[in-house]
Amino acid sequence: MSAPDTRPAPGQDSAGETELAAYNFAYLDEQTKRMIRRAILKAIAIPGYQVPFASREMPMPYGWGTGGVQVTAAIIGPEDVLKVIDQGADDTTNAVSIRAFFQKVAAVRATTHTADATIIQTRHRIPEHTLQEGQVLVYQVPIPEPLRFLEPRETETRKMHALEEYGLMHVKLYEDIARHGRIATTYAYPVKVHGRYVMDPSPTPKFDNPKMHRSEALQLFGAGREKRIYAVPPHTDVVSLDFEDHPFEVQQFDRPCALCGATHVYLDEVVLDDRGGRMFVCSDTDYCETRQAEGHVGEMLATTATDREAAE
Amino acid sequence: MYVAVKGGEKAIANAHRLLADRRRGDRSLPGLTIAQIIAQLGLAVDRVMAEASLYDPSLAALALKQARGDMIEAIFLLRAYRTTLPRFGTSVPLETGRMQVERRVSATYKDLPGGQLLGPTFDYTHRLLDPDLLDETADVEAPARRAGETEAVMRVSDILDGEGLIEPDGEMPDDHVPGDLTREPMEFPMPRDLRLQALARGDEGFLLALGYSTQRGYGRTHPFVGEIRMGLVEVEFEVPELGLTLSLGEIRITECQMVNQFKGSAKAPPQFTRGYGLVFGQSERKAMSMSLVDRALRTSEFGEDVTAPAQDEEFVISHCDNVQATGFVEHLKLPHYVDFQAELDLVRRMRARHKPAEETTEHEEAAE
Repeated sequence: MSAPDTRPAPGQDSAGETELAAYNFAYLDEQTKRMIRRAILKAIAIPGYQVPFASREMPMPYGWGTGGVQVTAAIIGPEDVLKVIDQGADDTTNAVSIRAFFQKVAAVRATTHTADATIIQTRHRIPEHTLQEGQVLVYQVPIPEPLRFLEPRETETRKMHALEEYGLMHVKLYEDIARHGRIATTYAYPVKVHGRYVMDPSPTPKFDNPKMHRSEALQLFGAGREKRIYAVPPHTDVVSLDFEDHPFEVQQFDRPCALCGATHVYLDEVVLDDRGGRMFVCSDTDYCETRQAEGHVGEMLATTATDREAAE
Repeated sequence: MYVAVKGGEKAIANAHRLLADRRRGDRSLPGLTIAQIIAQLGLAVDRVMAEASLYDPSLAALALKQARGDMIEAIFLLRAYRTTLPRFGTSVPLETGRMQVERRVSATYKDLPGGQLLGPTFDYTHRLLDPDLLDETADVEAPARRAGETEAVMRVSDILDGEGLIEPDGEMPDDHVPGDLTREPMEFPMPRDLRLQALARGDEGFLLALGYSTQRGYGRTHPFVGEIRMGLVEVEFEVPELGLTLSLGEIRITECQMVNQFKGSAKAPPQFTRGYGLVFGQSERKAMSMSLVDRALRTSEFGEDVTAPAQDEEFVISHCDNVQATGFVEHLKLPHYVDFQAELDLVRRMRARHKPAEETTEHEEAAE
């Protein structure tokens, strides 16, 4: 994060009758950014606590990452390098769209390399490459309240957090075990932050939960529609809820990435044909491409290359 | 053969280009002008202004044109513009008693001071398609107008108020600053001014259905339309530095005062209660629905039990915003394959455990 730039956006000075809209650096006006930064500071001071903030209407729809976009807009400066991913990939349409938005309204440098980015906005994944000190991971959050599906009322859930009354959540997890023999939550798996607040990690697969634990990077969560911001400061304990006899475990894939041969990474299943053919590839495209550039080859890569040449 | 999903950027640009083409449609036809939309699709413009909570007919018409007539998309466009506007103050409360009334009806009195004034209403039209409108050059008769100046018309609620039959309008402390849920975080329970703001911005269809549900027994309020009035009111702004109140101009609004039966409680004598609706432009459906829902949301204020959806503040206020609703419903079309992968894995594991062992092996062999 570097100091915010208060340079007027092009055309701002000449805003006249005919000009519809002139936008500030990073779209939001400075008052709004200050309001959001205050909420972020409070969120950092109380790890895992959902801070209400006066979320603005953004020029993209609710559900498309308006919370994450507002957080990013509030912390980004001209020196920042931005990476945007959706489902782990830099090239999914919504990631492309959000990256283009910031390139337009903030003229920042963008990257796809996890290690080069100062701010990474994400939807549904945490990059495989371990995040470092000085990096900020901004999550887009649809439903910030981990207790929402147990209790629909905000007035009740806020009380439950205040009283640290999380019994209902443990009962839910226990019922999963009683019914299915295991905890049947695979993503948005609840965590306890700094030994106090139960927090929704956003709909990342539980595979990513351990990456949040004592991460060197600052993790910020923005929920635009629900008007909440929360945070996990660097080096904070983030523990996935479990039981002694049913410890938390992450998904295991029984094969490596078909393109780069990586193991212990989250894989996407790609349907190859209508006869049940499948391949598994890294969900994190940057990680996969970097490994391929380093000469790692998965089982399918050679054949794919041949296929492509044949097709062209 | 596997081809990675690449080229999002190009796909988006091409989609936008195709969208622009579809919006313009047949190039041999003249394009719609903003002036035409304002003049001839006025009620659509009104709805966009109301639910975007920004009174600007030209921008609302532009939004409608850009949105290809999709109301919620147009509302969204106008809101995304509104959110960037600086706020420099709050107007003086509108004096709807001084409205230049274009329409004013009361269902509670046959005749009353100021009279019943039908105005431009669909109410008594027969809904027969009019082939004359196919001819764009056909003349339309000029409206009949009453001679002379329009006079201020007394509000029906004031008539009832005079006898003490209806609850007072509600007092706010002098230093009360009106809340603004587009600038402050929302919290429940909510004061009535914020609730009314949420309803005024709320989706017409959603409020209509909720209002309807109270009439069908889900939280009955025994409503009467005390009065609906529509017309121009002046917006005034106080400038303390100058010690002046300036007129900013006129806006057209629709106001509905619903009068509801109330049997009284231990604390309050039997008396009529109020539900209030106020909407930019001409929209009786919205103003009436809003006043039904406003009254329903005051249930606990009167010591009545909250039993129906329309009485449930969190439920109504959290779901009445169509821009929020459409965003979250439609976001389901964004990729979710990472989470779906996790679910696939889980379902496969659980099914494997479910099936007899030998069947599983057979099936797997067949698949390979």
